[in-house]
Amino acid sequence: MEVIEKIKEISAQAVPAAKIEIINSTPAAQQPALLVDREHIYAVAKFLKEDPRFQMDFCSCVTAVDYPSKADKPGCIEVVYHLYSVTQKQGPIVLKVRAPRELDQCRVPSLTPLWRACEFQEREAYDLYGVKFDGHPDLRRILMWDEFIDHPMRKDYVPPADYEWEPTPHDDTLQRAVQEGGIMPPTAVEELERAKKK
Amino acid sequence: MIQPLTENMPYTLTPGSDGMIETQTLEVSIGPQHPSTHGVFRMDCVLDGEAVVALKPVMGYLHRNHEQLAERMAWLGSMPYTDRLDYFNSMTNNWAYALAVEKLAGIKVPDRAEYIRVIMSELTRLLNHSCVIGFMLQDLGAWGTPLLYAFRERERILDLFEAVSGSRMMCNYMRFGGVRVNMTDENLATAKDIATRFPRFLDEFEKLLTNNEVLLARTQRVGILPKELAINAGISGPMARASGVDYDLRKVDKYGVYGRLDFRVPLGDIGDVYDRYYVRVLEMRESIKILQQALRDIPQGPHIAPEVKLRNFKIPPGDGYGRIEGPKGELGFYLVSDEGGKQPYRYHVRPPSFVNLTILEDMCVGHKVADVVVILGSVDIVLGEVDR
Repeated sequence: MEVIEKIKEISAQAVPAAKIEIINSTPAAQQPALLVDREHIYAVAKFLKEDPRFQMDFCSCVTAVDYPSKADKPGCIEVVYHLYSVTQKQGPIVLKVRAPRELDQCRVPSLTPLWRACEFQEREAYDLYGVKFDGHPDLRRILMWDEFIDHPMRKDYVPPADYEWEPTPHDDTLQRAVQEGGIMPPTAVEELERAKKK
Repeated sequence: MIQPLTENMPYTLTPGSDGMIETQTLEVSIGPQHPSTHGVFRMDCVLDGEAVVALKPVMGYLHRNHEQLAERMAWLGSMPYTDRLDYFNSMTNNWAYALAVEKLAGIKVPDRAEYIRVIMSELTRLLNHSCVIGFMLQDLGAWGTPLLYAFRERERILDLFEAVSGSRMMCNYMRFGGVRVNMTDENLATAKDIATRFPRFLDEFEKLLTNNEVLLARTQRVGILPKELAINAGISGPMARASGVDYDLRKVDKYGVYGRLDFRVPLGDIGDVYDRYYVRVLEMRESIKILQQALRDIPQGPHIAPEVKLRNFKIPPGDGYGRIEGPKGELGFYLVSDEGGKQPYRYHVRPPSFVNLTILEDMCVGHKVADVVVILGSVDIVLGEVDR
């Protein structure tokens, strides 16, 4: 298969508006990736899937990586796709796309219309990282339960003191009782404060 | 004398649009506690009579965020946890993780270690495939018998695993750059003995099953997976090969020493449950061939690369993806290392049985609810890996 610079050049010709960048892997792994902007990731992926030189018909691995903001650069959530070709037995081409970390802006186009393989794996990335995939046919939580609020694989996630805590109709009464000198389990106190913040 | 139906008998039935009795679809939740789901897995089925109209897999009952656990410890620390992913095949899980780390760090593995890894993973493939067939027949109603035949053979292999690694199922055997302990000549003789005796078991197994009328009736033309869909949906392993997808990572990537070994890749024509059963049988026969070659060719030498320092192990910043052909399909690890490099910044498992479940609905729709159980059995899932 062609080297990554060539792949970048060919895809830039096919999708002229796309901003494509090369990101290196570890020196030994030699799996450099193409970072494509959000608007054109779908077009680039479609080109790589259909072009007879690549025929990337097998989307092997989909996942997300969280990079919290640092002093010098803003943070992002990076979605990574590993593409292989079953027909031509070549690969991988690694595609990356970045979205802001804020939950309302954290959106990327879904590649499930191109590869069914993304269906569950994108659901997993949504569940654990909060990336919303536009155009996904069935974007629901898959590993965590439906009532779960946060996205637990984010680097700034704080686990609750008690996972099984649920609000009850008696919470106010119990809190009043605590003020009167009664006892309430410390985890429940923490959880109530946490719920009030949200 | 039989009383005829009289006109004044109250008998009201609202006819449906097609003039027949009006019916409704029924939603049935199979699982999470059901013997056919191989663990805590749930299928929400919509049934029309006995036929499946829609089916949604529900998972996560065994979710423990394995990935986050691994991101909070050193690189080697999560090696024992990979055993718990697919608890039937801890050896191949170890290998996949070790291979990914070796790829990122650029470690060269000595020849003897590579051969030991091949021997261990082919033995794992034998035990996985024989047990899967046993479980599938259990789902068909052949209670116990084929499964216990398979377990009898599995026990011999597990005894060898225990002798070599100290544990039957949670082996924790591979290390970055090799394996933890060397195999003695005695161990190799045991492996040779297993490889010679296994074909006899397979012959017996096949004699009982391959042309068995019940098996043919229940599995042929059931749960057909077309080739194009199999590729598009990322299906891997014996399931993809039963649909005729010629994609075996042992042949494609030639990781380890598979490039030096001579074996064939069995493929199915139709992609139904029967093909999935028979591809596994043929794969076991190929595995025995690989085992015999590996046991013949294994060289003397170190079992682990001496230059690798497992304590304070570091990886330069960057990412990488390593994958192997596990018994269930493509098992991959996507790892990211950051500046410190002492522990994974991101650790992602690409579990084969999780991705293989994507098309469960496509295979089940139109079949009877009893066939759903068989189709799920032929997918070969392990919930430790699906839920992680």
